[in-house]
Amino acid sequence: MSDNTEILPGLAEIVEEVAGVPAADVTGDKSFTDDLDIDSLSMVEIAVQAEDKFGVKIPDDELANLKTVQDAVDYIQRNK
Amino acid sequence: MTAKHSANSADQVVVTGIGATTPLGGTAPETWQGLLEGRNGVGSNDAPWVDTFDLPVRIKAGLKVEPTEVLSRVEARRLDRCQQVALVAAREAWADAGEPEVDPVRLGAVVGTGIGGAMTLLDQDDLLETQGLSKVAVLTIPMLMPNGPAAAVGLWAKARAGVHAPVSACASGAEALAWAWRMIRDGDMDIAIAGGAEACIAPITVAGFAQMRAMSTRNDDPATASRPFDLGRDGFILGEGAGTMILERRDHAEARGAKIYGVLAGAGMSNDAHHITAPEPEGEGTTRAIERALRSADLSPTDIGHVNAHATSTPVGDIAESNTVLRALGEHPVVTANKSMTGHLLGASGAVEGIATLLAVRDGIVPGTKNLNDLDPKVGVDVATTNREVSDLRAALNNSFGFGGHNVVLAFTKN
Repeated sequence: MSDNTEILPGLAEIVEEVAGVPAADVTGDKSFTDDLDIDSLSMVEIAVQAEDKFGVKIPDDELANLKTVQDAVDYIQRNK
Repeated sequence: MTAKHSANSADQVVVTGIGATTPLGGTAPETWQGLLEGRNGVGSNDAPWVDTFDLPVRIKAGLKVEPTEVLSRVEARRLDRCQQVALVAAREAWADAGEPEVDPVRLGAVVGTGIGGAMTLLDQDDLLETQGLSKVAVLTIPMLMPNGPAAAVGLWAKARAGVHAPVSACASGAEALAWAWRMIRDGDMDIAIAGGAEACIAPITVAGFAQMRAMSTRNDDPATASRPFDLGRDGFILGEGAGTMILERRDHAEARGAKIYGVLAGAGMSNDAHHITAPEPEGEGTTRAIERALRSADLSPTDIGHVNAHATSTPVGDIAESNTVLRALGEHPVVTANKSMTGHLLGASGAVEGIATLLAVRDGIVPGTKNLNDLDPKVGVDVATTNREVSDLRAALNNSFGFGGHNVVLAFTKN
């Protein structure tokens, strides 16, 4: 569906849409909760949109492990 | 004035802030100005679904200012339209009150709605049916729930004393003010952000009200379609909007030097238990609500110089209300019907008209009723057709009635 280099910009776009964080601020080292101030419901919205965009499944127990943006990018890369 | 809560007692409930977004304007002052200018808020409904379903009603009273112009994009996408307007009006009122410093556990939010998040329910159901589960919004439930507007306002303001959402159809906004008044008097909170919100101009609501024959079909002349008390009236015009008051215990307001618009002196509630939608023709229930409002405010019928009528422009309702006002108060109050300009804001109407009543008492002027060219001879009250100055206007009532037999009457007095 998309190669590795497209995942981060695509994910950043979703985060901006859902939470209003500028896409440029969504970098691999950022923590969704601590750095980007994203609450649990917004995190679910991001996951739902990411599933749709990248054709992956992100089960709830996996979602809980995605602490940083890089965690999410890696998960999507492994599972798409 | 012998009652427990006399003229300037510390636990009187005063109004220290107002906010509104309506078909007449995006703020409370603009709405009030619109009422005084006789501005019209009713226009044609150009949505494509009017043609799609060949709806007999092709007019509406839409918002003057879109809430998405006021809220941030992210805020707006997380809120149903009825929550959006509630938040817009609440923020205006809070700023108007001077953003009071208050312990969150002494701050409440009481916001009613008649229909709630119907737009979200419909939109998300469409998505589920046409595109499947993955397209259904994560926030569907918090957006459609009827306490959604109250919860959105309460969360924004960090109102921890309590967040409540009275639901009584077109009396919801007034009932919210009544409950907030009561909770402040009972000592549950020092300040309440209170009012009503509605935004449900959608195919199914228009179709449903139209099927009841409750709405005006004066499609060729929207500006004159809402004509309370006029012989030519043929139903209400569906509107949208929100109204909010900051209600505050007098000693709290005075201690911080707040500007005081007036006093919410009392509230009376009752039910007809007569018919699911029709008013009880003798007006026994509505009369009781007026009497309770007077008693709670320590007022007598002769004190009331003005009545802001519910008067939706339906053939039966307007007459029943006129009869009630005559019976409970007499011929002297100057009556007006704001819906002639705003259309019917359903669960927001009591709050928006409450603000108009408050300002009428403050300024000693009653906005006229538009489109009243041919007074129905069965109307016995004194309806103002142009702006009327009322000398020494000390007290006024605001009536709100809702499907389900709900009657809510608010009493406002001059500070």
